[in-house]
Amino acid sequence: MEHYNMNLTLKVWKQKNCKEKGKFETFQVSNISSEMSFLEMFDILNEQLVAEGKEPIAFDHDCREGICGMCSMYINGRPHGPWHQTTTCQLHMREYKDGDTIVVEPWRANSFPVIKDLVVDRTAFDRIIAAGGYISVNTGNAQDANCLPIDKQKADESFAAASCIGCGACVAACPNASAMLFVSAKVSHLALLPQGDPERKMRASNMVKQMDIEGFGSCTNIGACEAECPKGISLENIARLNREYIGAMFSGSKEG
Amino acid sequence: MALNSKIPAGPLDKKWETYKSTCKLVNPANKRQLEIIVVGTGLAGASAAASLGEMGYKVKAFCFQDSPRRAHSIAAQGGINAAKNYQNDGDSTYRLFYDTIKGGDYRAREGNVHRLAEVSANIIDQCVAQGVPFAREYGGLLSNRSFGGTQVQRTFYAAGQTGQQLLIGAYQGLERQISLGTVTMYNRHEMLEVVKIDGKARGIIARDLVTGELERHFGHAVLLCTGGYGNVFYLSTNAMGSNATAVWKAHKQGAYFGNPCFTQIHPTCIPVSGDHQSKLTLMSESLRNDGRIWVPKKQADTRKAFDIPEEERDYYLERRYPAFGNLVPRDVASRAAKERCDAGYGVGSSKMAVYLDFASAIERYGKVEAHKQGKSNADKATIYAMGKDVVKEKYGNLFEMYEKITGENPYEIPMRIYPAVHYTMGGLWVDYELMTNIPGLYALGEANFSDHGANRLGASALMQGLADGYFVIPYTLGNNLADDIRTKSIPTDHPAFVAAEKEVSDRINKLMSIKGKESVESFHKRLGKIMWDKCGMGRNAKGLKEAIEEIKALRKEFWSNVRIPGEIKEFNTELDKAGRVADFMELGELMCMDALNRQESCGGHFREESQTEEGEALRDDEKYMYVSAWEFKGESQFEMHKEDLVYDVVHPSARSYK
Repeated sequence: MEHYNMNLTLKVWKQKNCKEKGKFETFQVSNISSEMSFLEMFDILNEQLVAEGKEPIAFDHDCREGICGMCSMYINGRPHGPWHQTTTCQLHMREYKDGDTIVVEPWRANSFPVIKDLVVDRTAFDRIIAAGGYISVNTGNAQDANCLPIDKQKADESFAAASCIGCGACVAACPNASAMLFVSAKVSHLALLPQGDPERKMRASNMVKQMDIEGFGSCTNIGACEAECPKGISLENIARLNREYIGAMFSGSKEG
Repeated sequence: MALNSKIPAGPLDKKWETYKSTCKLVNPANKRQLEIIVVGTGLAGASAAASLGEMGYKVKAFCFQDSPRRAHSIAAQGGINAAKNYQNDGDSTYRLFYDTIKGGDYRAREGNVHRLAEVSANIIDQCVAQGVPFAREYGGLLSNRSFGGTQVQRTFYAAGQTGQQLLIGAYQGLERQISLGTVTMYNRHEMLEVVKIDGKARGIIARDLVTGELERHFGHAVLLCTGGYGNVFYLSTNAMGSNATAVWKAHKQGAYFGNPCFTQIHPTCIPVSGDHQSKLTLMSESLRNDGRIWVPKKQADTRKAFDIPEEERDYYLERRYPAFGNLVPRDVASRAAKERCDAGYGVGSSKMAVYLDFASAIERYGKVEAHKQGKSNADKATIYAMGKDVVKEKYGNLFEMYEKITGENPYEIPMRIYPAVHYTMGGLWVDYELMTNIPGLYALGEANFSDHGANRLGASALMQGLADGYFVIPYTLGNNLADDIRTKSIPTDHPAFVAAEKEVSDRINKLMSIKGKESVESFHKRLGKIMWDKCGMGRNAKGLKEAIEEIKALRKEFWSNVRIPGEIKEFNTELDKAGRVADFMELGELMCMDALNRQESCGGHFREESQTEEGEALRDDEKYMYVSAWEFKGESQFEMHKEDLVYDVVHPSARSYK
């Protein structure tokens, strides 16, 4: 693959904290290699800002290999940028060409308040998991793992749902800022396994209740969440969540 | 202080059982009065915090990330070992123990490693009960694969994201305890000091990374589960935030640092592409199950990989190590790659890479599939397509990741790989109970030094993290806290807390007041270069001595010329990073001192002066069969204590994979 260098204009959201109003600021970066990752391009910009005596742009990132779910930029109107099933840290600069302008914003959702610049608070997701996204088994209670054979297809489907990295792109992509894809991925992961069966009703109703308390919007079957999910979590999970939830409601499951 | 490893008496396979049946217990009412601080929420931290919460302790857990689920354990790809012998291939607790001791080049404790092998099977049971979706066979039972340094299939996995699935399991257990109120979670918090009262660890000073405020937290015990220090090298497979600050603060408070020079360089990582590189990405060791590693037989061969005919390729691992082939342990594979590249056989534009080739695996699997489907006359293209599907199912996400980073399709062109810093076997010295030499201060998982000797085998880090958190600390912590039940919570206005907070605050103020010219990032890069060049895959006395002087000079420059923008009392990632890099610059010096002291080659530590005629690592058991435990005595002053390693069961011999 041929490598090349480029000059870019960046319009980046700057916001001091959650109380103050934010605004876009424009920056120029030059000699960006097509081999860089998108975040490495931001590293260069930040180094440049520090050298100029300015404050660097705050952004969340950690593993830089597409699995921790920490990076969260909204790039030219798309969470994690243009590449299909790719987190921001795995987006590479060969996507862009010399002279391009790139607009970068934080995730936009009332339930994800901005902490600073591109950094948002996603602890609402943790609270949804705490409401029921688990199997209640204490350490030391387990039987031999192979005492419980699980249909491979079910296990694979469960795994596919469990590959959600909790990044919040689904919420950022949704015009309603709904968290249904995230919640449904966890409900599906556990409901598809026999271990998760005993608590499935309580889990679905409690997680949905917490999702509502956090102020996430409703699902209107737009599908932007699935299209933008870096891990390809399927909309089928939302259908399953709806079935689980309705089942829980009609059977009069008590909220735990 | 004499080091007491507190290994229980009795035969090796009865030590842990005896310990568990005789250790002291804490009754439920008393547990509710005992407060435990857990720093870090990776596999070790999350599993410990969840288990201790379940038991009834009052737990406070801390992580610097925005959620406990993001700890870097999440990035582990390949798998987790357990001596289940589900494959009926001769595995046993003893064999896992033996492989781990041998893999560690006879520099780990027998007692600890045997315990690890014993509890390994429980980990798989526990994780399945939590709903961890491990890979399964069509019969519904769990699937296994091989990893380096073993001849059995004992690795359990969830595609290429085993770490994520295990961590999510532990995280969900942790969140459940948070909802029950037994664990209080502090996200975006960084531990900056251990507070000692009457010689015991009694709390920490943490900084809220959003507001910049310092906080005091009391605990009857403090557990450091903060991972490894591979980021000393700047470029590593660690996450950007992975750091040594918590363990280094503990070290400066008196905790000994065990085997700091033992670092693992992983053989299969995507090569560096330029100066902009911020981190390196691992390609799972599981790929060596099916990928064959080779370089051209001709030096500086510029032909494309597929233009080089079979007979002109050097499958150097298969050639040098026929018994283990491509599945030799990591240290051996890394050195062999470096040897070929240094000798001028490297590939790619930088010539610092070797090929990892899946062509023959695709063909082999394709033939099996064709046979299964009764297509005995399948043509080459059909076989290729079928084989590609099999490889895709096994390693698809890794291949995609490789293509995103390099822009090359690894199904068509062999992967280019090169070794990179991955894991640190060294860490805080701990006894059998995972307690450091500071009473009440524990270290779990990668943060301690205990189980992997001089080289960790693949798929053993996840095993150790979860063993420590789920199955070891719940017993050993109780054994010690049983004597602490009369200790009431100490108010955090105690002078020790006040003094510790002042210390932290002074240091932050000092960092901010430098107002120099060079960025933190730039200092980190310079440190990394010194470490990689002189304390990396090959080390010698001259280089290490130079490195020590260079690090000292760099540190001096840092403290007079670093530039940190922004304020203290706000979200300030440059300030967070500055503190971490300052600590790396002290730890790096100790790593070089330890490497200089150990004039032998063992595992990941390769002293160029100590090798066989064939270039293999040459151990010196007479002189160096000990753990070096370093005590901090002041800036650049460290005193070494030795814990002799005693082998009652295995007989250390030259480690051969030929």
